[in-house]
Amino acid sequence: MSRLRTAASALSGGTGPVIALLALVFAAIAVANPGFFEGPSLMAFLKQAAPLVILAAGQYFVIVSGNFDLSVGALVGAQVVIAARLIDGEESRTLPVLGVMLLFGLAVGLANGLITTALKVQSFITTLGMMLVLYGAIRLWTGGAPTGGLSEAFRGPGRRGIDGLPLIGQLPWALLAMIGLGAAAVWLMRTRFGRILVATGDNDLAAERSGARIDTVRTAAFVLSGLSATIAGVLIGGYAGVSAQVGEGMEFTVITAVVLGGVVLGGGRGSVVAAMAGALAIEALFALFNQLALPSTLRPSVQGLIIIAAVAYAAKRSARRPVPAIATTTTDPS
Amino acid sequence: MQITRPALASAAVAALLLTLGCTTDDLQEPETTDQAADTAEGDWFVQADYQEQIAQRDIEPEGDPAAPWLQAIEPEWVDTEEFARDGGDATVCFSNASVSNPWRVTGWITMQQQVEVLQESGAIGEFRHSDAADDDDQQISDIQAFVDSGECDALIISPSTTATLTPAVQAACDSGVPVIVFDRGVNTDCAVTFIHPIGGYAFGADAAEFLVDNLEPGATVLALRILPGVDVLEHRWAAAQEVFADSELEILGDEFTGGDAAEIKNIVTQYLQRGDVDGIWMDAGDGAVAAVEAFEDAGEPYPVMTGEDELSFMRKWEETGMTALAPVYSNFQWRTPVLAATMILDGEQVPAEWVLPQEPITEADLDEYLERNADMPSLHYAKFGGEDLPGFPDAWRDR
Repeated sequence: MSRLRTAASALSGGTGPVIALLALVFAAIAVANPGFFEGPSLMAFLKQAAPLVILAAGQYFVIVSGNFDLSVGALVGAQVVIAARLIDGEESRTLPVLGVMLLFGLAVGLANGLITTALKVQSFITTLGMMLVLYGAIRLWTGGAPTGGLSEAFRGPGRRGIDGLPLIGQLPWALLAMIGLGAAAVWLMRTRFGRILVATGDNDLAAERSGARIDTVRTAAFVLSGLSATIAGVLIGGYAGVSAQVGEGMEFTVITAVVLGGVVLGGGRGSVVAAMAGALAIEALFALFNQLALPSTLRPSVQGLIIIAAVAYAAKRSARRPVPAIATTTTDPS
Repeated sequence: MQITRPALASAAVAALLLTLGCTTDDLQEPETTDQAADTAEGDWFVQADYQEQIAQRDIEPEGDPAAPWLQAIEPEWVDTEEFARDGGDATVCFSNASVSNPWRVTGWITMQQQVEVLQESGAIGEFRHSDAADDDDQQISDIQAFVDSGECDALIISPSTTATLTPAVQAACDSGVPVIVFDRGVNTDCAVTFIHPIGGYAFGADAAEFLVDNLEPGATVLALRILPGVDVLEHRWAAAQEVFADSELEILGDEFTGGDAAEIKNIVTQYLQRGDVDGIWMDAGDGAVAAVEAFEDAGEPYPVMTGEDELSFMRKWEETGMTALAPVYSNFQWRTPVLAATMILDGEQVPAEWVLPQEPITEADLDEYLERNADMPSLHYAKFGGEDLPGFPDAWRDR
């Protein structure tokens, strides 16, 4: 019974519009090019979309707790550049460097979290500053442009998969990572931690009065975002190799994706599944533009209009409904 | 009132859409007749410049072929006696637009190594430089600061953009110090010498002609571009459009990638899902390997491809044995300005417009250039021209 209610509230809540948008975009792609949904090409699409979806899950934790993380794009870029420089083409260094990257990602998230919660700097400013610090530090460290090279083992997770399967050809590791991490995120939002996180974003004063350690969960959200950026960095670096522009502008794409998923900026509303679906919808939109051979100069404008329309539609729907009992929407965030 | 608000919003959006609709007409199908090239793309295509560069490719440059950074195509020598000074130990100042891409990083290392040689010989005493990080305003004030200091015996400028930097360069000339402009130009010829390789039209045409020669009529080509609105890049594409217009190749599209490898791989993968891609034209080599990998991962045969002389692409080319060309925007031009500065301060003649040779690397040269650069990192440029400098190879290898 409660599961039924969850499903119903998911459809009538923020998840509905993004699923509808996703279906609409996929339908349009199917009309433009039915071949897109053949196994191998669909797998290629999901492989390429996986990093943004994982990044969206990380960003969701931060946004739903009432903050922003603008540093993720720079962190993705920094991680790829760090990997290239430290690995420098040596296969044997792959694992140790992955360890270094993991620590670095967690440290950046922890710094964001502590500066925001302990020093009371608004997260918009904290992470904007972190973005610039990372950008500048990487430039300084590499003398302006990336050096070194990635190992074949490092490229594996982002580029390869389980080969020789019937129908789909290759099952990408990136897709498996996306599904695994997505499931972990859903599980996490169903734990006590997830509930406190949403309650903190909804009304931090009330959450604090009722005994929640809001600073701890908010900091943890930033650490999770740093972790997701690290994993996204590994996948993107693996997918395409190292270039100076990796990660540029990803912070805005991912925040757009999360908002498109019906997650409310300022916190307290929205589900992690919808945030990830939002990321998938954005990637699908890019694919559709490509299938339609839309002139590349026109794409940002069309993309902007579709996003505004989708979010406006969702906002109108939720405004028309009577304010729901907070308990049912916020305790079932997944 | 409340009811009309959504209507108003929709009307505003509709108006926006209409505007977009009207303006896209000339974007959708790049017109290919000469007349259209003169009008629609008039901003970036100057027929005379195009023809001049096309011709310059076949002219034998003056000077020693072993030192291409000192060669010049059809130079008009100018006297510089007014700037001659005695005693060596000159203070040379350099206002750099940025080191924000691997091409500029490579060149900047080469320039510093050349400066060290000139400092050893006593020609240059102090070498001052400023980096504007691609910011026009910053570079204008950098140039102003050098002029105001009054201590620069020669001023080298690599402008970040053409029009905006022109007044600052003019002001530097007016101060009486010899000015040397290189790479991108400015709209004034007040500099003693303007140093640059043949140019963007030649680069784009080299690449496009290679595709026309190596693909069957009716073959499909995808053009990958970094970003719109930068003259050196727009010239490459404008020249390619000229060449493609006279061919029977089908241009599938031209896409902006920002030079981001992931974006390049996405775009190429999606084009491959739509149909065959037989050739790839690029306006710069950044991320070229990602484009090749998209073919590998999709299980498609390698395309005929043009990249740049960046080593990652050249190594991939050799490894795969694909049919490819590496057009070159001569990186060795970074050596020339400091040498020109010492020549001017010695009162030697220099070309007013110093056009350096710009020759693509072909299949025939590939092995030679790979061997010469065997120790170099993958984001290094093969025609960097610093092999005879004392810092070679460590300075470029351990960057």
